[in-house]
Amino acid sequence: MLVCWCGSNIAGTVDINTVVEASKREPGVVYATDYQYMCAEGGQAMVRRAIEEHSLTGIVVSACSPRMHETTFRKAAAAAGLNPYMVEIANIREHCSWVHKDKEVGTEKAVVLMRAAIAKLNLNTPLFPGESGVIKRALVIGGGIAGIQTALDIADAGYEVDIVEKSPTIGGTMAQLDKTFPTLDCAACILTPKMVDAAQHDKITLYTYSEVDEVSGFVGNFSVKIRQKARCINSKLCNGCGDCIEKCPAKKAKSEFDEGLANRKAIYVPFAQAVPNVPVIDQTQCLKFKTGKCGLCEKVCLPKAINFEQQDEIIEKEYGVIIAATGFRPLSPERYGEYGYGQLPDVITSLEFERLMNAAGPTGGALLRRSNGEKPKSIVFIQCVGSRAEPDKGKSYCSKICCMYTAKHAMLVRDKYPNIDVSVFYIDVRTPGKNFDEFYRRAVEQYGVNYIKGMVGKIAEEDGRLRVQGSDLIEDTQIFVDADLVVLATAVEAQASARPLGTMLTASMDQNNFFSESHAKLRPVESPTAGIFLSGVCQGPKDIPETVAQAGAAAVKALGILSKDKLIGNPCIAGPDELLCNGCASCEKVCPYGAITYADKEINDHGHRTTRHVAEINEAICQGCGACTVTCPSGAMDLKGFTNRQIMAEVDAICR
Amino acid sequence: MRQKAHELLSSGAVGAVLAWEKGELPYDTSPAVFRDAEALDKMVYNGFCGSNLSKYLIEQGKQDEKVLVFLKPCDTYSLNQLLSENRVAREKLHIIGIGCKGKLDVEKLRTQGIKGITGIEENETLKIQTLYGDHELPREDVLLEKCLSCKGKDHKVYDELIGEDLSADTEQGDKYAKVAELEGQTPAERFAFWRGELSKCIRCNACRNTCPSCTCLKCVFDNAHSGVAAKVNATEFEENMFHIIRAFHVAGRCSDCGECSRVCPQGIPIHLLNRKFIKDISGFYGEFQAGETAELNSPLLCYDLEDAEPNIISKREGDN
Ligand SMILES: Cc1cc2nc3c(=O)[nH]c(=O)nc-3n(C[C@H](O)[C@H](O)[C@H](O)COP(=O)(O)OP(=O)(O)OC[C@H]3O[C@@H](n4cnc5c(N)ncnc54)[C@H](O)[C@@H]3O)c2cc1C
Ligand code: SF4
Ligand code: SF4
Ligand code: SF4
Ligand code: SF4
Repeated sequence: MLVCWCGSNIAGTVDINTVVEASKREPGVVYATDYQYMCAEGGQAMVRRAIEEHSLTGIVVSACSPRMHETTFRKAAAAAGLNPYMVEIANIREHCSWVHKDKEVGTEKAVVLMRAAIAKLNLNTPLFPGESGVIKRALVIGGGIAGIQTALDIADAGYEVDIVEKSPTIGGTMAQLDKTFPTLDCAACILTPKMVDAAQHDKITLYTYSEVDEVSGFVGNFSVKIRQKARCINSKLCNGCGDCIEKCPAKKAKSEFDEGLANRKAIYVPFAQAVPNVPVIDQTQCLKFKTGKCGLCEKVCLPKAINFEQQDEIIEKEYGVIIAATGFRPLSPERYGEYGYGQLPDVITSLEFERLMNAAGPTGGALLRRSNGEKPKSIVFIQCVGSRAEPDKGKSYCSKICCMYTAKHAMLVRDKYPNIDVSVFYIDVRTPGKNFDEFYRRAVEQYGVNYIKGMVGKIAEEDGRLRVQGSDLIEDTQIFVDADLVVLATAVEAQASARPLGTMLTASMDQNNFFSESHAKLRPVESPTAGIFLSGVCQGPKDIPETVAQAGAAAVKALGILSKDKLIGNPCIAGPDELLCNGCASCEKVCPYGAITYADKEINDHGHRTTRHVAEINEAICQGCGACTVTCPSGAMDLKGFTNRQIMAEVDAICR
Repeated sequence: MRQKAHELLSSGAVGAVLAWEKGELPYDTSPAVFRDAEALDKMVYNGFCGSNLSKYLIEQGKQDEKVLVFLKPCDTYSLNQLLSENRVAREKLHIIGIGCKGKLDVEKLRTQGIKGITGIEENETLKIQTLYGDHELPREDVLLEKCLSCKGKDHKVYDELIGEDLSADTEQGDKYAKVAELEGQTPAERFAFWRGELSKCIRCNACRNTCPSCTCLKCVFDNAHSGVAAKVNATEFEENMFHIIRAFHVAGRCSDCGECSRVCPQGIPIHLLNRKFIKDISGFYGEFQAGETAELNSPLLCYDLEDAEPNIISKREGDN
């Protein structure tokens, strides 16, 4: 029994000596001691020495969470010749000192947890891991800047990468932006070359207009079914001339790329620099699909690329690692009646504003009112729309990017149209990034943007203008600002498809449907599920610089697996007791990895021979999740390292 | 039914017939295996044949022969469940679906003060002769608990159907009424209710032994190594755990055949535990009836992208 103080982290709330002395009275304990930092080199040396000097057959380390240092102590045990699975951890830090203030209570619980760990260890047996191979290909889900960057970094290191992007082009939200903070360079100028690099890289395959349908397998060996939706175009024949689009008479569909501010045809390319430059037929809009008549595009297409009969195609491929890069969507502000979004045409979102300012946007870059096409004289920006809200009103978190892009928008307006008055309603202005505060101050000091600390209560139309009623918290008054355009900085929200995708990947999600990282500080780009990595806003709100940095980090972590030939498996795997197995197949059904099959076997049940249908485990595939063991009604299925008896022994020790 | 059984037995098409056998008293019937065509005159089918024959097929199905079995509509759900779990081989069975008008509960007759029964005539109304005189009463008044929430007249699996009137015409009660009532109680009241009921248990194991979902080769409660068996015998409360564990084991597999409560000599409404699970499963994952088909498709064994997230649905009762 090795009890760690963790400096004062544990020792402050748990009486170490009591734990050490109590452990000596437990069955099987022959030696007990304590140390200030068991994980430090000195502590580890002590662990090794204890094993050797006392010929220990197992150790319990009462310290922090096994997620923190189980591996550390297993390695130390192995170095002293002890099977690493003869190590048990009692978590007396997170479970005791961090959650209790009262030393007596903390100590009592530490003794109980220590006892449980000993009870379990007494039933441990040495375990030996197997090995599995690694498929040297990565899958990136989502082709925004995050997915593109991760794919380029992996491909440049020499490994194959596939990008699955659900829309007809890669690029994501960044492609819709005008200029980007903090440097105000044009988004397209820095993004489109990367899109082209990705398309031309000989190690990268793009599956656009595609979605992931099914994922099975485990780290090193994932099998994935990709649904390539029917574009109704043969991509190999299409030369991207655009004659089809020119001729298409169905032009009433709302352009997704222009956030519905402009129309597009039924056959379309989202924007000029789309990658790949191959159109898509929107079957809900196409006259041929709706009425059976038309087919003009087919007639004008010289290379005969149009194929109305095309069906969705399922592509099955295998991957060693998967990177989620599904990004975000801005929250729709329609639910906030006070802003009148959806009713008042001059109330728009920030992303719509980006399109209106963009030279390639619906107005050719001219900032015009939606109601009458005139130039606005006054613009009000409202920050934190749906962010930092009460749980029933929106997102509790800060969306992190809106302060900066609103400062950007305000500055761009004042730069292009110095006569337009610009006001910004804000709760706080948050600018903790390199050159960010300088950027914001420029908006206030050099561009004369009027920042008002307070929130907006109501927007009403009056004489063709918008009356914005808000509070000024610094002056402590109600104020009215007349505006011609109001821009709502809406919260960053996870993609609707993120949670179902997370379920498919068995990756855990947080309460806001962002992918959870394995450790908030130490493993920020890894999902707790081995082999799944996180890139970009799908993990949480962030701007482009941070997205790109994280994308690179995810690539490095993924390469750490791709560059290995063998992965050491987990020996804690399941196995059935054939004498107890009913052959009901329930375990086969629940196994998320497909590790269980059935076989008719001759069973010798104490001399009584019968042929029975019994479960069999493929040890290379089992990941030790334990789903089968809790499903098996007769307790035939058991998990090595966490047997039913071991768990029962722990419960007994706790309840003693 | 006798004629069919006779035909199939004598032709050798089946080696055994699983049906009900007359007992000494008019309401006394029990499941029986007939191997000899001559013995078939003891076979009976009346209002007291409430017992579900499906489970007996596990043992009967082990022989190298085909078995003829008579199943009421509700019994076919249990059989499907057994088929789905590979406990019985379909090809060894010849299933004859028979009609049912709701089965009778002798206990209910007794509580009506009817004793010393010597004969029963079953029609729309029941004519009962007793040592102390005749009685007449409507069938609905003395139906088994399980028949009050009859699953309907359809047989879910069969080779042939016989009999003219196959319709089950019992009233469809709200089977969740009692569960809902318990849900409405405070945790303390509910605890008291279950302690009161479960403490009556004498661990005769009749509920488990009759349950067509409790089919383990070796039940955890009979397995000294399971770490569970000895515990449930240790203290008076842990004894109650037997029922809680059993309810978990049959969750998603229980077809609500009602046999457990029917056979319990102590009159414990065990089926309510199972119905609570059935209600929750149907609520969380969409209407589900175990044994509707012979596929292993319990929502607890499948997952679906639309499945409710446990952390979202697990608001405890009593929290509100
Ligand atoms: C109005 C506005 C202005 C901004 N201005 C700036 C700025 O000036 N500077 C700056 O640094 N940042 C800015 N940002 C932030 C920037 O847009 C993001 O940081 C960046 O787009 C994040 O990239 P991403 O790849 O993580 O996500 P996204 O750009 O959202 O890309 C995700 C991609 O994944 C695809 N996808 C989603 N789900 C699936 C699925 N299930 N299967 C397959 N594909 C899927 C999507 O179609 C999309 O192509 C701004 C954001 C907004 C809203
Ligand atoms: S769940 Fe248990 S009894 Fe059923 S097949 Fe699996 S190991 Fe056998
Ligand atoms: S523990 Fe059981 S359910 Fe989990 S992977 Fe192994 S065999 Fe499958
Ligand atoms: S109680 Fe559980 S272990 Fe026992 S027979 Fe029923 S399902 Fe099997
Ligand atoms: S039948 Fe009744 S008394 Fe017997 S074990 Fe079941 S609940 Fe207990």
